Amino acid sequence: MAEKEYAYYSGCSLEGTAKEYDTSLRLVMKTLGVKLAEIPDWSCCGSTPAHTVDHVFAAALAARNLAIIEKMNTHTVTVPCPSCLTVLKKAHIGMTTDESFKNEVNALLDEPYEGKVTAKSSLQVIYEDIGLEAIADRVTHALPDLKVVAYYGCILNRPPDIAQFDDPENPVAMDKVISALGIEVLDYAFKTECCGAAFGVPKRAMVNELTHKILSMAIDVGANCIAVACPLCQQNLDLRQEQVNQTMGSSFNIPVLYFTQIMGLAYGYSPDDLEMDKLVVGADHLIRSRIPVEEYRKMKEAEAAAAKKPAKAKEMKEEPKETAKAEEN
Amino acid sequence: MRVGVFICHCGNNIAGTVDVARVAAEMRKLPGVVYATNYMYTCSEPGQEEIKQAIRKEGLDRIVVAACSPRMHENTFRKTIEKAGLNRYFLEMANIREHISWIGEDKELNTNKAIEAVKMAVAKVMNNKPLYSSSFKVNKRVLVIGGGVAGMQAALDCADGGLDVVLVEKSPSIGGMMSRLDKTFPTIDCSICILGPKMVDVVQHEKIKLYAYSEIDEIKGYVGNYQIKIRKKATYVDWSKCTGCGACMEKCPTRNAYDHFNFGVATTRAINIPFPQAIPKKAKIDPEFCRQFTKGKCGVCAKICPTGAINYEMKDEIVAEDVGAIIVATGYGLFDLDKFPEYGAGRYPDVITGIQYERILNASGPTSGHILRPSDQTEPKTVVFVSCAGSRDKSLGVPYCSNFCCMYIAKQAILTKDHIPDSQSYVFYMDIRSNGKGYDEFTRRAQEEYGAKYIRGRVAKIYPKGKKMVVRGADTLLGTQVEVEADLVVLATAVISAPGAAGMAEKLHISYDTFGFYVESHPKLRPVETNTSGVYLAGACQGPKDIPASVGQGSAAASKVLSLFSKDMLESDPAIAQVNINACVGCLKCVKTCPFQAIKEEVLRNGRKVAKVIETVCAGCGVCTSTCPCGAIQLQHFTDNQLLAEVNAICQS
Ligand SMILES: Cc1cc2nc3c(=O)[nH]c(=O)nc-3n(C[C@H](O)[C@H](O)[C@H](O)COP(=O)(O)OP(=O)(O)OC[C@H]3O[C@@H](n4cnc5c(N)ncnc54)[C@H](O)[C@@H]3O)c2cc1C
Ligand code: SF4
Ligand code: SF4
Repeated sequence: MAEKEYAYYSGCSLEGTAKEYDTSLRLVMKTLGVKLAEIPDWSCCGSTPAHTVDHVFAAALAARNLAIIEKMNTHTVTVPCPSCLTVLKKAHIGMTTDESFKNEVNALLDEPYEGKVTAKSSLQVIYEDIGLEAIADRVTHALPDLKVVAYYGCILNRPPDIAQFDDPENPVAMDKVISALGIEVLDYAFKTECCGAAFGVPKRAMVNELTHKILSMAIDVGANCIAVACPLCQQNLDLRQEQVNQTMGSSFNIPVLYFTQIMGLAYGYSPDDLEMDKLVVGADHLIRSRIPVEEYRKMKEAEAAAAKKPAKAKEMKEEPKETAKAEEN
Repeated sequence: MRVGVFICHCGNNIAGTVDVARVAAEMRKLPGVVYATNYMYTCSEPGQEEIKQAIRKEGLDRIVVAACSPRMHENTFRKTIEKAGLNRYFLEMANIREHISWIGEDKELNTNKAIEAVKMAVAKVMNNKPLYSSSFKVNKRVLVIGGGVAGMQAALDCADGGLDVVLVEKSPSIGGMMSRLDKTFPTIDCSICILGPKMVDVVQHEKIKLYAYSEIDEIKGYVGNYQIKIRKKATYVDWSKCTGCGACMEKCPTRNAYDHFNFGVATTRAINIPFPQAIPKKAKIDPEFCRQFTKGKCGVCAKICPTGAINYEMKDEIVAEDVGAIIVATGYGLFDLDKFPEYGAGRYPDVITGIQYERILNASGPTSGHILRPSDQTEPKTVVFVSCAGSRDKSLGVPYCSNFCCMYIAKQAILTKDHIPDSQSYVFYMDIRSNGKGYDEFTRRAQEEYGAKYIRGRVAKIYPKGKKMVVRGADTLLGTQVEVEADLVVLATAVISAPGAAGMAEKLHISYDTFGFYVESHPKLRPVETNTSGVYLAGACQGPKDIPASVGQGSAAASKVLSLFSKDMLESDPAIAQVNINACVGCLKCVKTCPFQAIKEEVLRNGRKVAKVIETVCAGCGVCTSTCPCGAIQLQHFTDNQLLAEVNAICQS
């Protein structure tokens, strides 16, 4: 496979609170043969504060980065953080569909942005550009104890006109990627339920309530692990889990992993490589059963062989019954 | 040549933005124009009288009326000049309303444009030739497509009026959607009890020939003389032998066939009679599920059938029918659950559609009229109805209201309470649309007497929680979010056009809107006619409508056909193509391009090949004239000379 290259906009969170997302994503991309090119002198995308104040200014913060990417080898940028992605895509769409908006924004920039960059979430690159087959091909380890629900949050797929990826109400990309690793994924009704996002600071009680819903639904469907693709979602579900327990009287203890960490585990990286120690709710007990796929296959074959005999006998008994019935008619 | 020009004010419609007096004055300057005037309402009785008077007094022999679209009044004015002794084709209309006054606001520019438009019409009328229609015999048989309540009504009314009717129904039984309903609003009378006898009347009427499980393959011809090819789809059961005893259905080992009649609420056998009251009551094999077709062996039904009706080798059969008019009553379709990912997109068995709930309520339905929810066959105590599921939602391509769901939701809420007295219904609604006779009283009754709780707001999400379905929505009157834990959720899914509606319209040469509903000739004044003469509409194929409205249209369409057939002869339109055999080189390119197959090859006495137009088949579309390399084929009333005269008229000024 020819090596694919993407510009890589990690965003501020992945340098701080979500360091493990950055680390695991880089490892997974390396395994999948994807080169991530650093963006020289990138700056903050503007995040939530900028666009609540001024749309032109917010777009300019984002477009500064897009203008830099436009001068790189590749014009496709991959963005792990859904919030950065939305901001970059919104600026791009605004500037390519509205000439006067584009001029207003470019007037604030040293280098104008001409609208040639395609931004994709890292999940989209993995799911669409690399594909499930290639994802499955690289698997070295099975994780038989894992029962995962995929949690996408509000903005990874929404609004659909901006996100232009997967289904806004029932997204499936992360479910399929994790299934392709051979890991059990459960259907989950709260994939796009809001976790409270940045309101963790001004309205803690509300966020606790929302997070509580998401966690209890995961437990209700029988999951023991939540997969996420957003630094803020991860923080609310993982870091605040204890807070939720205290305020809502629950006793959750469910690990919240970046989907890239789960991929890394299936690709044989050690928990240390993947910086699993950064999780507040530990996942050690789930990882303990990790086993090389070859061994796992043999184990399963032996199990199947043992189970086959009585099953066959059962079949034999049922078969004639059915034909007898048909003839009777 | 003495041309008279009449410029209409149309009240202020035209005169508001066009200086009509100046247009008339300009026309008086044209050579050939001996009379030009402007008038308040030219189409009114005194307006028409003025044209007649002028013809007599001024000795006019060509008339131009500058007014509205010729679609509106060309016929009116043709009749006017005919009464004054002129050939009706010596009339030209200039459309200065739709094309000019309604679309521009600048009076100066509009007036100049109007002057040019009327000049063109004057140039054309001076080149017009007198044309004479011939008359032809009408075949007084009528084809009705679709055997829902609208089509049945139309067929019965035509047949009672003495016409021979050919009724073609796509599914194995007539009855349409109404045959699936439990009770009907606003009277709560049993649907099949009022429809069943009508269905029997249809099949027993000596003047109605029913083709069930059949489709229209081809339509040729024109008003008065259509040639229809009907495809009788293979049922794999010889219906002349099948007695409808149902023995095959009982013994068929394939129990998982999709049940179209019950909209998948239950499964059926691979060989089945759709419902007990089906007309015709005959069995049919679904080859998608039948083991004889999927696995190549079974043959159980062939062995069991007491009359030996089963025939696995049966093929589709094409039959021909000739008719003089067509009534289209192909009904509607419904959105599937997969359109609603936020409501589970069909993943949750206890989220169902309104029509599925009708089947669950129905005494002859899969649950024998006991309300049992699909997941665990228990009685639901809390039922939530979601109105406008897909309707009035631009993002789903359905900006319109589905018309009857507000009413059937109220009906279903009432019936739910009737069946399960300790149940509670909730209805999430945008607004309650119940504007028929007795309708508002009905929706009030659901709330006041049957205790249905109406919550004004939309539903954002439905998700499972244990054995319950949680319906989360807004209560916009209280300004809060609400969550209702329901046992069963019923979505009033949007009404859409019938599957294949667009293709059928193309076969019929009638128009359809962006949603696939058929377009009537005039939304107010010609509601059951189409722009193709001889083709009429009835029922929900024209737009969502309830049973009373569908039946009304069925009768209306029938009365249109009866009045069309009250004459023995119809007049043909002489504005058709004509070949100048002296100019024709016999290349016959026109034969290939004619979309109506109206041109054939003819060999003259001297052995020369030329094209010949079959007068009765030519639709006057004019495609051939632009194909002919030598200008030998000309569309009467739109000849090259006439059109070039119009072009010259504006290019010379
Ligand atoms: C859940 C629900 C409840 C309702 N309850 C009520 C109620 O209580 N009261 C009320 O007044 N209305 C009710 N309605 C509305 C009612 O169903 C319609 O008003 C009525 O069925 C319209 O009749 P129709 O003949 O125009 O169309 P349909 O009933 O759709 O019949 C059309 C027929 O044409 C056939 N057809 C389609 N295409 C072709 C083709 N190409 N060739 C040949 N045949 C074709 C179809 O198979 C069908 O038999 C309800 C509707 C729904 C969905
Ligand atoms: S052949 Fe068998 S499966 Fe097919 S319809 Fe007859 S009985 Fe059913
Ligand atoms: S009839 Fe009522 S429920 Fe149906 S689309 Fe119209 S407003 Fe919505």
